[in-house]
Order: sequence, then structure tokens, then C-alpha cells
Amino acid sequence: MRFFELYNYQIAIFLAMIGFYVLVSRGNLVKKVAGLSMFQTSVFILYISMGFVQGGTVPILVDGGRIYSNPLPHVLILTAIVVGVATMAVALALVIRIKEAYDTVEEDEIHEQDRSF
Amino acid sequence: MISSAVTLQLPALQVALPLISAPLGLLLRRHRLVWALAVVVCWASLAIAWLLLQQVLAQGTISYAMGGWAAPWGIEYRIDAVNAFVAVIVTGIASVVVPYARRSVEQEIDGDRITYFYVLLLLCFTGLLGMTVTGDVFNLFVFLEISSLSTYALISLGRDRRALTAAFQYLIMGTIGGTFVLIGVGFLYVVTGTLNMADLANRLPEVTQLRTLHTAFAFLVVGIGLKLAMFPLHLWLPNAYAYAPNAATIFMAATSTKVAVYALLRFTGSVFGPVISYEDVPFGEIAIILAVIGLLSCSFVAIFQSNVKRMLAYSSVAQIGYILMGIGLATKTGLMASLLHLFNHALMKAGLFMALGCMFYRIGSVRLEDLRGIGHRMPWTFAAFVLGGLSLIGVPLTVGFVSKWYLVLAYLEQGLWPLAVVILFGSLLAVIYVWRVVEVAWFESPSPRAAEAREAPLAMLVPTWILILANLFFGVQTELTVGVADLAAQILTEGLR
Repeated sequence: MRFFELYNYQIAIFLAMIGFYVLVSRGNLVKKVAGLSMFQTSVFILYISMGFVQGGTVPILVDGGRIYSNPLPHVLILTAIVVGVATMAVALALVIRIKEAYDTVEEDEIHEQDRSF
Repeated sequence: MISSAVTLQLPALQVALPLISAPLGLLLRRHRLVWALAVVVCWASLAIAWLLLQQVLAQGTISYAMGGWAAPWGIEYRIDAVNAFVAVIVTGIASVVVPYARRSVEQEIDGDRITYFYVLLLLCFTGLLGMTVTGDVFNLFVFLEISSLSTYALISLGRDRRALTAAFQYLIMGTIGGTFVLIGVGFLYVVTGTLNMADLANRLPEVTQLRTLHTAFAFLVVGIGLKLAMFPLHLWLPNAYAYAPNAATIFMAATSTKVAVYALLRFTGSVFGPVISYEDVPFGEIAIILAVIGLLSCSFVAIFQSNVKRMLAYSSVAQIGYILMGIGLATKTGLMASLLHLFNHALMKAGLFMALGCMFYRIGSVRLEDLRGIGHRMPWTFAAFVLGGLSLIGVPLTVGFVSKWYLVLAYLEQGLWPLAVVILFGSLLAVIYVWRVVEVAWFESPSPRAAEAREAPLAMLVPTWILILANLFFGVQTELTVGVADLAAQILTEGLR
């Protein structure tokens, strides 16, 4: 069953779609940020899965190790995780500022207030 | 001896200089000092970009191995005529905008936040230059995020509270775009095992039948399309431009979408190569259709805006349409027109936004009803706006004419005259929205706000006029820009039948 062999890719797609759905369907800005975070995290799983090599060991010099897993996607994704954390920080800081300015974090209420002036 | 050692390091310095000076700015604290630092850094970056362009024109492509690690393994900075040209645009605009920013920012941003403004601007500058010079696709993603994150913060510094919601909206859409780029880069790595652009360009033609490759292409185009405000993905742009501090708007309008266009060109023209992009995938047709819809609809919407800053923002989306029309055509003349318009649109839009920023400085508003009669109170500023507007329309002797001339030529070359008519019709719409401002500002009696206005301070007027005169200069003296654009278009259409 090839479908289940690639289960980590299915999970990545599943998570991405949940994140995307939350992002689009929810009006609460904090929930939007949470959805965005899930969407980004699914890509981390995608990258980590790429590095997997059937029967491979950890990529350090050990006796008997012939096939190694690819460490490069893992290193790349560390950078992407940092980017994700920074995005989260900026997003939540903006939500706090929006809460101070509008006294709400609901998208429709914000639009309501902006239309009035 | 020393000079040759420095020359070798120029590609790294192009990015490292603003990157190091950003935290240095935080340590300086006093905002006048940070401003002076930012000016020096921007001018030095312009000098570096200029030297690199000369070097590329004289010797061909420069390859720089970051940290001494050889190309396919280490990160390579690769500079050819295309990105040397874009780097000159970005640094050139920054060198004019930052001196202008001092007065404008002091008025629009609270004292303790001014330092952050310049630090963020330098970080954004770093990100844009990094995207421009890098020859590694993952590195491009990292720099894309550096520039995007600092842009979100820059927008949120605007006085109006709608700046916050605009920044949040851009953050959501920009992050989706960035993540799409990341997915696309991942797929490219899966099929080839490399991240180096030149290496990818060699290996991708061997795997054109794989669906993963086409998926990667789609993810990358949509992701970068979000950044460059390609038509249905432009929704973040009008609010972001309208409510950001004026200096930030000028910088963004003139540089960030241009660098995103460059990234698109680099992927379609170099990494995937024109053969995959235009023949295996119908990228050209899609780009032209979206460009035409965006061009016409956003020009129409611009006509009905009462906020002039928002009007110029919609006009920016329309102008991106011209650039995409040239890219979609997949001919050398088309790409040349796009590259020319990249440069020319940066000049005209920066000039227009700067003139508008001068008016905002004096009357504190950019709404059409407040601009009544301003042409009499601020004649120099408004003359600059009119000249910028003429350039936007594409009147002969301005840069706008040069790029539209080549674009129309490119379409007539292919016998697609209905689309050439669309280009001219777009100019007609530009006449209408520019005229609305001119009519109100010159032929109506002053509004209460405009009645008290004086001419803008020289510190703002001089940079504005430098750009406006550049609009005229490069509209007459086309040798340099057309020459470089020709060479760059040559590189991007290599291998095309």
C-alpha cells in the first residue's frame, strides 16, 4: 500500500489544509494567527520527511553506517522555524496593538468601526 | 592591492553593510544619528551596486562563494546584468528616499519610535538586496521573509489605526506567500537535490516530465505573485500603501514589488528556464490574462478613489500589469520592456509619492477635497506631481514613454495588436485619474487646509525633484537603461526558440 507508506506527507497536507481553513473561516485575529502557525508547521513536517532515507542512520560517522539520512532539509527547516517564530511574534504584537486601538479582535467588528469614520 | 581585495568582496558587502548597520542603529539610539547612518549606508550601497554593475558589464557574471564554500554546496551570490540592474534601482531609490524621510518621519512618527523606523528600513533594505544578489533559492526565501517582516512593522508605524489592520492583513497574505515559496523550494530540492540556482537550471530540464516540478512551479509563482501584487493577489496592497507612513510607502512602492518581480523573472527565466516556463507550463498566457484584467480593473478603481495615496496604490497594481504583460510575452523585446518598466516605474511612482508626501507634510491630509487649490500654495511640489503624472501616463520625453514604447513594439512584433490597444487604453485611464488631481489642485479655490499651506521644506523638495528630473533625464538619455535591459533580457531568454 503505497498510499500509507507516505503517511507523513498525507499528515503534512492534512495539517496544512486545517490551518488554511482556520485562517480563512475564523474572524478572530488570534485564531487566524493560530491557523497561520499550523499552516507553516505543516511545511516543517514536509521538509523533515524529505530528509528520510530508507534504512539510513543518523548522519554522523559511525562504524557500520553505510546509508545516511539527509541532514540538509533538517538544517534548512531550523531556519524556517526561526522565521515562523518571528512571524508569530510580529503577528501577535500587531493583534495586541489592534486590541488597544479598536478594543476588539473580531474582524467584522473592526470593519464595522472603520466604516463609521 | 587593497582595492582589488575589496572589489572581490563587493557582492557580500552589498548585503552585509546594511545588515550590520541595522543593529548598530539600535545602539546609537538618537534618531538624528541613526538617520545619518542610514543615509551613509544607502549611499555606500548605491556605490557598491554601481561598481558591481560596471564590473558585470565589463567582465560578465560574477560568482561569489559565501564563506569560501564552493558553489553547489555553499551559498553562492551570483550577479549578472539582471540583478546588478535591480540592485542599482533598489539602492538608488533608497539613497533618495532616506534623506527625504527625515522631516517627513519626524512629523508622522512619535519621537521614541523614529529610531525603529530607520532600523526597520535598513533591515527591509537588507532583505531586498539579499533577494537580489543571492544565487541560492533557500537563501532567497530567508531574505524574502526578512524584508517582509520588517515591512509589516514599518506599515504598522503609521498614525492612522487602519495602518494596524492593513499591516495584519499584509502579514497574513505575505506569510501565506512566503510559505508557498518555501513549499516550492522544497519540491525543487526533492526532484534535484540542490538549492543552487545555476545548478537547478542545469538539472531541471532532465526531469521536466515530473508532476512535482510543475507543482513547484505553481507554488513559486503564486507565492511570489502574492508579494508582487499580481492581479487577484493584490488585495493587501492598497491599504498597506495608503496607511503606512509616507516615507515607508515611497520605499515600498518603488522597491519591494520590483524585487519580487525580479524574483519571478529569476525563477521563470533562469531556474526553470524559458523553455519549461513558457512551453511546458502555460505561464505566459496566464500572466498576460491576469495582467490585462489587473491593468484595466485597477485603473478603473483608481479613478474612483477619494484618497490620492490609495489612488496611486491602485495605479501601482495597474503598472505591475504592464510589467507582467511584457514577461508573459516570452520574447526578448517583451522582457526588455518589462525590465525597463521596472526601473521607470520605480522612478515615477517614487517621485509621485514623494510629491504627495510633501503635500501631506503641509496640510496633513491626502484626501482629494483637502487638496483643492494646493497647486497655487505649493507650486514646486505640485509641478513635480504633474511631471510625475505625465511620466505615469507615458508622455514622450519622460521615462514612462520609453517603456510603453517598447511594450507596444513587443506586442506589434507578435501581431497582437488588440493587446497593444489595451496598453494605450490603460494610459488613457491614467490620464483620467491624474487629471482629477490636477483639476482639483489647480482650478479650484483653496480648501481651508490648503489655504494655510506653504511650499514644502527644501530637505523634502530637493529629493523629490531629483527623482522627477531623473524621470526626464532617463526619458531622453535612454542609452544606459536600454543597453542594460537589452543585455538582461538576453540572459533571461536564453534557450528560447
